[in-house]
Amino acid sequence: MSKLLNVSASPHVRSSVTTPVLMYDVAIAMIPAALFGIYHFGIKSLLIILVTVATCMLSEYVYESLMGRPVTVSDGSALVTGLILALNMPPEVPLWIPMLGGVFAIIVVKQLFGGLGQNFMNPALAARCFLLISFAGRMSTFTVDGVSTATPLAVMRNGQSVSVAASFFGMIPGTIGEVSVLALLIGAVYLLVKKVITLHIPGTYILTFAIMMFLFGGMDIHYTLAQVCSGGLIFGAFFMATDYVTSPVTKNGRILFGILLGVLTAVFRLWGGSAEGVSYAIIFCNILVPLIEKVTLPKAFGKEAR
Amino acid sequence: MHKIGKKGGVHPFEGKKLSEDKPIVKLEPKGELVYPLSQHIGAPARPLVKKGDQVLVGQIIGEASGFISANVLSSVSGTVKAVEKRRVVNGTMTDCIVVENDGSYTTVEGFGNERDYSAMSREEIVDAVKQAGIVGLGGAGFPTHVKLMPKEPDKIEYVIANGAECEPYLTSDYRLMLEEAEKIVGGLKVMLALFPNAKGVIGIEDNKTEAIKKLSEIVKNETKIEVCPLKTKYPQGGERSLIYAVTGRKINSSMLPADAGCIVDNVDTIASIYMAVCKSTPLIRKIITITGEAVADPKNFEVRLGTNYQELIEAAGGFAVEPEKVISGGTMMGQAQFDLNVPVAKTSSAFTCLTKDEVAAQEPTACIRCGRCVQACPSRIVPQKMYRAAIKNDLEQFEKLNGMECMECGSCSFICPARLQLTQAFKETRKAVMASRRKKA
Repeated sequence: MSKLLNVSASPHVRSSVTTPVLMYDVAIAMIPAALFGIYHFGIKSLLIILVTVATCMLSEYVYESLMGRPVTVSDGSALVTGLILALNMPPEVPLWIPMLGGVFAIIVVKQLFGGLGQNFMNPALAARCFLLISFAGRMSTFTVDGVSTATPLAVMRNGQSVSVAASFFGMIPGTIGEVSVLALLIGAVYLLVKKVITLHIPGTYILTFAIMMFLFGGMDIHYTLAQVCSGGLIFGAFFMATDYVTSPVTKNGRILFGILLGVLTAVFRLWGGSAEGVSYAIIFCNILVPLIEKVTLPKAFGKEAR
Repeated sequence: MHKIGKKGGVHPFEGKKLSEDKPIVKLEPKGELVYPLSQHIGAPARPLVKKGDQVLVGQIIGEASGFISANVLSSVSGTVKAVEKRRVVNGTMTDCIVVENDGSYTTVEGFGNERDYSAMSREEIVDAVKQAGIVGLGGAGFPTHVKLMPKEPDKIEYVIANGAECEPYLTSDYRLMLEEAEKIVGGLKVMLALFPNAKGVIGIEDNKTEAIKKLSEIVKNETKIEVCPLKTKYPQGGERSLIYAVTGRKINSSMLPADAGCIVDNVDTIASIYMAVCKSTPLIRKIITITGEAVADPKNFEVRLGTNYQELIEAAGGFAVEPEKVISGGTMMGQAQFDLNVPVAKTSSAFTCLTKDEVAAQEPTACIRCGRCVQACPSRIVPQKMYRAAIKNDLEQFEKLNGMECMECGSCSFICPARLQLTQAFKETRKAVMASRRKKA
């Protein structure tokens, strides 16, 4: 034999789905929402998306280079963080805000805790919350065609009714990526079909939220539907709550996580200080993940209670 | 009939097309024959011959040396050349008996005589199996006669013939089921004679339609034997998965199939029981698949135990391309070889010769906690957390996470998008846990 044979422990085959494949799938799934945002809010949205993504990828590259660690920009995770952060920006935000957010997301939330897989909060969401607290005014001014308008959530908070159809198709003010439920669902179906995510988290999240809003929001179907279709709920349920790193690995854990998210989001929206609640609910539940996993550890095969 | 639990399992590339339609070819050995004294689980056999002795086909040359041990028999007639350490498929140097074949294939007295199992007592049947050196041929190599003596034979309700063959690339059991189905049914009848309250079930993955058709046809008039098609999914042929699929009963690592009223044997083992009991022919032959993209003409061979693998590769037309990796067994649980100068043993099933090594092609990256390993695990444990315990060598935590329930099937490593060497870490840690248990005991 002229060549030495490779030797390693079994198994000797690997599935074709790698981390970058999954990350790029998530990025692809956000394209419809991004395109709708650009169409609805204008070309400035494209600029915001590009700048945010570039900031995130550059931050990762610079940090890892300086620290002498393997550079993992090509795995797509910084791209996904950048996209989520960008789609969470109001369309008229000054560019330095998402840039600051991108640096915060990648360096403070992700890299300082050990990089990919180690962060205990969703980096994009943590950055969004950081920006919301620091620049409350700029982060919550929503405009359509240059005119500042109240979001459906704020309108509902004042006791007025909104159009569910407008929210579903996205003809409403809001952040760049959250407005069109239809565009988000196209992406969500893609993720489900490609088996990148399962329905456990988004399904229980949306369902629990709807039940809560129906019971405590005046038993009003129209109000409940409008709540489900407004704000970042659909975006959050399918794209942010399902973030692998910051959600439970066990099936029952995911169901519990979804239920907690639904309850918390409803509580924040019904009785909280701001009309929006998705980001804080997800961030809060991210922190609970180790506990959730501890109580939902599956019973081993053949070791179920007998 | 429970077709299969939905949970767990993966779908690796099957690779069976290469050799599944190739009829079994009988191949006689050219060179010396090498018989490892340890080709089963348990104590190695004790050699009964020394250099220079004459041996016959079917002669016991290594004797079982404990309760869990098995005889080793000569598959040819000739002269003992040596009793020495030789390389075997698990990579180690093991005590082996080396026999120079005289080519006459003179058999021991009584070899091949017809016997009527219904006239034999329980003890006689089990002894015939023991003398024949039969062990679990699916790969585990557990001595079969021990399995046939459970504490309470009346409580056995199922004798399950494992024809799942879920391991990629292997087609030897499939060919056996097509070409020698009568032997499998015959062996099942012998086993059912031992367990009066049991029924026989032949479990076959539903991608093997021809085998299901063939065996269903043969057993259609048997009242106590049926064929159970199983969903095609790795590791369907794992003992615990198979019992669950057939009976809906679950066992864990500290239980025996008999605890769930089951006896499980590979179809090849059952055919060997038939040959040993009814035809006085001990286990001296084995069906071996030589396959993989690197092989010129993938084939299924029937060879005498102890035959050198290089002769089989040659008979399959040699290598069309230089192989990157040669595996004894299939791609999920097989063992990578660094030396092809090894003999065919009882638990051998195939040489899978790959042109590319998917393991070496990609470096492991960080775990992203996607949970795919949790979904894939047939033991329903959490590889992601076990891995963290394993790399820290935290044996206590590993055990607490039910790490000892791992059957090392490889599903988690296969599915992991970060390419982590999960199964490898678990193999090492499980060994360490068992060693520390022995120390405490």
